[in-house]
Amino acid sequence: MNESVRKWADTFLPPAALCAMSAAIYLVFEYVPTAQGEGVVQRIFYFHVPIATMTYVAFGVVAVASAMFLWRGTLGWDRIAHASAEIGMLFCSLVLITGMMWARPRWNTWWTWDARLTTTLILWLIYAGYLMLRGSVGPTDQGARYAAILGIVGAVDIPIINRSVYWWRTIHPAVIVGREGTSGLTDPRMQVTLAVCFVAMILLYLWLLVVRLDGMRLRDRVEELRQRALREASALGTAA
Amino acid sequence: MDNLNFLFAAYTAVWVLLFLYIHILARRNRSLEKDIEELRALLERRARER
Repeated sequence: MNESVRKWADTFLPPAALCAMSAAIYLVFEYVPTAQGEGVVQRIFYFHVPIATMTYVAFGVVAVASAMFLWRGTLGWDRIAHASAEIGMLFCSLVLITGMMWARPRWNTWWTWDARLTTTLILWLIYAGYLMLRGSVGPTDQGARYAAILGIVGAVDIPIINRSVYWWRTIHPAVIVGREGTSGLTDPRMQVTLAVCFVAMILLYLWLLVVRLDGMRLRDRVEELRQRALREASALGTAA
Repeated sequence: MDNLNFLFAAYTAVWVLLFLYIHILARRNRSLEKDIEELRALLERRARER
């Protein structure tokens, strides 16, 4: 990452993400009305939907960056894919958890093998495998290539999750665009709240990505200095 | 229908996991920065001794 972009991101993103998140919390708990007949638990939706969307984005970035890595062979793309996969896993876990918290009072069960829930769990498992693969093979070129292929193949599940509520008989609600093509959010206050939550999650994703990439850059630097120290130590040993 | 406890649990889970992840990243980065400083100091010391 370009040094000036990195510095700008380090300065701008943390306060921007925190401000947007504070605004989102205020809107969710104070401003937006409760949807009729849904109960207060419906407010989970304002975080659940943006987090789900950012899960798709994060794993989509993994696929694109992995494809670029395979095409160009640039290590930077592999780093972006790895960092984005980690953040995507965090978001995907949060989607499953918040979904279960909503399902228990609404469906009277924590989990059901509904098409959308099942395909989301499959996505979680695919990228858990991706991270385990990366962890087990270490930072080798071959390992990065295998991971890149898995990162691309795994992303095929994203459009399936997105279309699952239209393709199969499912009990999962289709809120933003209903099954008849109408919007489930009729009140403008709900639309504003959802939009602010989306902005907050986008900023949060970008912030986490920058911090994770910073960590990878620091690890490279440590490795480089360690190799230099070892080379010098062995040169001193030979001279002695 | 009032399910405040589920709403509370969902948002708590979101915040706890996010802060935990940010904390782990920040701690890992600080530890790497410390390693870099130590390695730099070691290399400088060796350079002076030569």
